[in-house]
Amino acid sequence: MTFLARHRIVLPVVSLAVLLAATFYMQPRAMSYFGLNLLFNLAVPIALATIAQMMIIMVNDIDLSLGAFVSLTACVTATFLQDAPLIGALIMLSLILSYAALGALIHAFDLPAIVVTLGMSFVWGGLALFILPSPGGSSPEWLRALMTVKPPFAPMAVVAAIIIALVTHLLIMRSGIGTVLRGVGGNARSVGRAGWSLIRLKALAYGLAGLFGVLAGMTLVGLTTAADANIAMRYTLLSIAGVILGGGEFIGGKVSPTGAVIGALTLTLAASFLSFMRLSSDWQIGAQGAILILVLTARLIFRQGGRT
Amino acid sequence: MTAQESAPLVTLTDAARHFGPVRALDGVSLSVFPGDCIGLVGHNGAGKSTLVNLVNGGLPPSSGEVRFDLGETALDAGVRSVFQELSLCPNLTVAENLRISHMELKGFGWRRTARAEIAETLDMVFPDHGITSDAEVDTLSIAQRQMVEIAIGFAPRGQSARLVILDEPTSSLDAGIADQLLQHIKRFCLGGGSVIFISHMLGEIFDVANRIIVLKDGKIVAEKPTADFTRQGLVDAMGHVATETAEAERTGTFGAEVVRTDQGLAARQGEVVGLSGLAGHGQAAALAKLYLSQSSSWRAGRSPQVAFVAGDRQSDGILPLWSILRNMTVSILPKDARFGLVDRQAEQKVAEDWKTRIGIRTDDITNPLLSLSGGNQQKVLFARALASPAPIVIMDDPMRGVDVGTKQDVYAMIRTEAAAGRTFLWYSTETEEVCQCDRVFVFRNGEISAELTGAEITEEKILEASFEMQEAS
Repeated sequence: MTFLARHRIVLPVVSLAVLLAATFYMQPRAMSYFGLNLLFNLAVPIALATIAQMMIIMVNDIDLSLGAFVSLTACVTATFLQDAPLIGALIMLSLILSYAALGALIHAFDLPAIVVTLGMSFVWGGLALFILPSPGGSSPEWLRALMTVKPPFAPMAVVAAIIIALVTHLLIMRSGIGTVLRGVGGNARSVGRAGWSLIRLKALAYGLAGLFGVLAGMTLVGLTTAADANIAMRYTLLSIAGVILGGGEFIGGKVSPTGAVIGALTLTLAASFLSFMRLSSDWQIGAQGAILILVLTARLIFRQGGRT
Repeated sequence: MTAQESAPLVTLTDAARHFGPVRALDGVSLSVFPGDCIGLVGHNGAGKSTLVNLVNGGLPPSSGEVRFDLGETALDAGVRSVFQELSLCPNLTVAENLRISHMELKGFGWRRTARAEIAETLDMVFPDHGITSDAEVDTLSIAQRQMVEIAIGFAPRGQSARLVILDEPTSSLDAGIADQLLQHIKRFCLGGGSVIFISHMLGEIFDVANRIIVLKDGKIVAEKPTADFTRQGLVDAMGHVATETAEAERTGTFGAEVVRTDQGLAARQGEVVGLSGLAGHGQAAALAKLYLSQSSSWRAGRSPQVAFVAGDRQSDGILPLWSILRNMTVSILPKDARFGLVDRQAEQKVAEDWKTRIGIRTDDITNPLLSLSGGNQQKVLFARALASPAPIVIMDDPMRGVDVGTKQDVYAMIRTEAAAGRTFLWYSTETEEVCQCDRVFVFRNGEISAELTGAEITEEKILEASFEMQEAS
């Protein structure tokens, strides 16, 4: 067991630091309160979506509907939550509950989560189009105010990322129920044998994912001030990449909320970094993928080095 | 024995458990008293695991009754199980694993309590264990994981353990640590706790148990205080009383030796070699290793050296979406292929041929495989292996869940093929099948503990070699 294998948080932190240093080298003006805020602004909804995805990966499933779901919650935020806050809140609540029900369903009938969530992505996408056929809507004032607040010392995006990491760390890594949830990913049978209701735990994990998906949609509208039915489609893959970049693994309940947030920040930064390099936007997606592969390869090499 | 006067913790009255037509447990009555240490022994499929699962509430009985003295469930009654296969969450720390089975542990600071509780129990059971309670389980060795699991079984967990079921707890522990465990079991029982102890090390059973229960074919065939058993008597009790004498038509003339592994596994041409012993003692691994060493993962080749018949049909045998024909011929496609294209006519001919030779019950071999019964599906897998020109056929418990009629067909087939010069390596969990072989290797703890030939192949000898006869040091 090497140092890196034992402390899986090291590699994500190093990746972020290296990328940040490279960005500052290319564009020294980014090294300011305002610059940092610009760099990481859009990281907040991505970090929340990554945490949502992590809840699902934690119990050995994967969610392919997250992007569509975040788009839907963004559309609800920009319409109902703005015009009729009470109805908007009720819709959000029922969305969270339907996520929990989905988790229970997947467990009860032993369905492959990948198929169920892929199917649900069309449902969420359809609902989003139904609510907001053409881009528009507007952000509730308080949300806009919250997302543009200027705290002292560090910009909003950085403070928000730290708060998200802290809260989810307490919830998943420190609390008793979080431990049991990770146990479901590690060895569901032994958790069931100890007398826990697996179906409730699965529903709880999915419900938490729904909650963080809703938060992601809301913060996204707070930043963009308007929504669109396809606004967050790329979040599905970004969130999966974020979890994995942050030291999580697809199976075995090995996840790290702090790592997931760092992973989301890294992915956001990678996009800005490529713009600073004046890379044509045609190449950016590919280059982002290359960065991802690079980091994952590094991790694999360190992991295998630790094994032999 | 003074403890016997108090009320039993758990009482099974004529409890039975059936899985479909299989009677895994066929009416067992048993009472566990405080201070009891029951040694539970029996051969493969005798019903040990099923009995354990009834006592710990993992399975409800099909008929009969399981009653606890405290509360309704096994959990309420303080019944704990430590399973043979590791059942910790590898991604959690030692203390966090305790949390999983200790529901009352909550609120602020639960971590400190959990750490203290598991450390205390580990210190008590295994002094000088060297395990920190904040270590993640997957950084621990197998033996350390087993120790943690045992410690969680004995940990107070809010109510104190009253009955701990240990299923092969010492299988991955070395002698010194196993001895610490045995000492702890004795202390635990003196203090009024009860233990059900399953082990293939008879020495350990004689060391700790005050009462031994022998299971056979889902029934209790003997239940006596330990002092009334001798080792030999125990082995005899586990075996079948009326062993049918194995078929006497062993030819006895074999060709050159075609297989020899580092482990000592050997086979000659035309020989049927059996692998026996308790399930999970390295037989399947030995066969898989042999198969992989004899075949290449890159070139299928026109003349393979070995063919494999899988016992776990669902996971490594059948191709469920294909027809019977294709399932049968997938092993021989390169043989008749021309320019990489399948020769359909030759394929058809081979499949028809084997359909009649092995007696697959179907009108049309182009029917989907899943239209066949389990036994006939297994025959298709046999046909697949036998149709290939491979001189060595490896069989990993191929008769699992196969009906008697099919078994007889296949036995006959194997005999004919062996007489024609093929070599068979056959792992089976059923002693009756192993007794049909020309030579038998008995496995224990991943190693060959005995090699039996000819008249030596009896159920008694196999049982003797499957169980550790020496004293637990």
